[in-house]
Amino acid sequence: MSLVSMTAVADGSPTHVRAAGHRWARLTRPALGLLLPVAVGLGWEIVVRMGWASGRLAPPPSVILATFIDLARTGELQRNTLVTLARVAAGFGIGVAVATVLGAATGYSPWVRRLLDPSLQALRAIPSIAWVPLFILWLGIFEASKVTLIAVGVFFPVYLGLMGAIQSVDRKLVEVGRAFRLSGVAMVRRILLPAVLPAYVLSLRSGLGLGWMFVVAAELMGASEGLGYLLIDGQQLGKPAEIVAAIVAFAIVGKASDWLIVLVAAPFLRWEDVVRQD
Amino acid sequence: MLVLDRVSKTYPNGVHALGGVSLDVELGEIVAVIGGSGSGKSTLLRAIGGLDTATEGSILLDGDRIMAPHQKIGIIFQEPRLLPWLNVADNVGFGLGDRPKAERAARVAAALKRVGLADKAAMWPRELSGGQAQRVAIARALVPRPEVLLLDEPFSALDAFTRADLQDHLLDLWADAKPTLILVTHDVDEAIVLADRVMVMSPRPGRIFDEIEVALPRPRDRQSAAFDFAKRRVLAALDRSLNRAVTAAEDEPKADAGAALWW
Repeated sequence: MSLVSMTAVADGSPTHVRAAGHRWARLTRPALGLLLPVAVGLGWEIVVRMGWASGRLAPPPSVILATFIDLARTGELQRNTLVTLARVAAGFGIGVAVATVLGAATGYSPWVRRLLDPSLQALRAIPSIAWVPLFILWLGIFEASKVTLIAVGVFFPVYLGLMGAIQSVDRKLVEVGRAFRLSGVAMVRRILLPAVLPAYVLSLRSGLGLGWMFVVAAELMGASEGLGYLLIDGQQLGKPAEIVAAIVAFAIVGKASDWLIVLVAAPFLRWEDVVRQD
Repeated sequence: MLVLDRVSKTYPNGVHALGGVSLDVELGEIVAVIGGSGSGKSTLLRAIGGLDTATEGSILLDGDRIMAPHQKIGIIFQEPRLLPWLNVADNVGFGLGDRPKAERAARVAAALKRVGLADKAAMWPRELSGGQAQRVAIARALVPRPEVLLLDEPFSALDAFTRADLQDHLLDLWADAKPTLILVTHDVDEAIVLADRVMVMSPRPGRIFDEIEVALPRPRDRQSAAFDFAKRRVLAALDRSLNRAVTAAEDEPKADAGAALWW
């Protein structure tokens, strides 16, 4: 009897302690990561408030926040964000569409791969920004050249990711499809598509990341609106707080768009989250 | 009835894997195919399954020539090969894509219950142990009710205890509908526990070297003298099959022949 109660006690308390410790850790772990940026921000705020530094070129958090709210109140922030968002969406859409078609073709058919892949790899070796002067000559200085640049940036990671994913689909699973006499279309839908989906989603995310990078490049090189325009405007008028506010806006919409992809893909990738059993 | 008539297979790289295999298998028979490495036993199974085509000869199932995977033939591989993006129930129902949803669900549930995994239906393949995963693979192959079930070293990746357990379980499942089983193995015990006939193959090119009937009643006692006798006969045939190959090829020391047949 005493043995039973002893095991019960010995069993009960550590798990309880572990559970409590776990909850505590879950709260403190992200907080630990926040410690450094918050401390730096707070420190700079104090330094400027005390008059030890002017903060004219590096505005403290309170000024940045005020500028951000100001830009939002006049609607300038929203307008410019929407313009940039539209450019990224158009470039991302075009880049992904072309990359998906070409990546699927080169991944699926060795013949198409031998035909197209060397040329695409050669183009990939060119830093995409180098295209800008040509794009401007060909397509003008307005939307078309900007969207094209973004599309080029998005294209390569998606193309490479999809081609590699299709090539590395487990032959043994394809054989299962053959053993169950799947037709070509059914093989693609029931074996290839789900098999390449995780790598494809990952490539979309890195493509989107490059899309955001290239929209900044495109807007820095000449734009009359967009978040990138706010950056230039802030530089030319000597308003560093506006620059930082635009950077913060970039971070927010960039992260949100990435999160949107993760959210949409999550139901299809739930099987990936499971811990492997050995 | 499955009829193999002088089936030969030469790979594009010139390897002569099968050198004219002829074999008749009655419906409901259990045939084990055993042999050293290079005896073409897996090639033979893949040809029957329609995954590879024979370069010469023919394979007929009830008069149909097998050139591609056939709906009456199911295959179980050495690995479970479950689709990681489908849960256990959807994996089992994979071959029933053309059936109405209700029928599919009912047959999947019955099959899972039959292999003792009814409570695992909603799990992902990654969450299963090796033995459980292979049971799901067996259920998946049996659900379309094949006339012939091909098994390519199905239990070789499992530990000894799980293996014996699944061998008994396979016989149990076989008794439900009595399909033809053709089992490739390198485990003599497994061949004798399961098979009515053991075909011993000799290598380079793969040929049927000897055929041993196992007329023991089921369930078979692995400890009995009759079991041991059958085992000795298969081992002796294996030894001779390898010795002959060695004498013919003159490239392997004879002392290795005994060790080679185990793996």
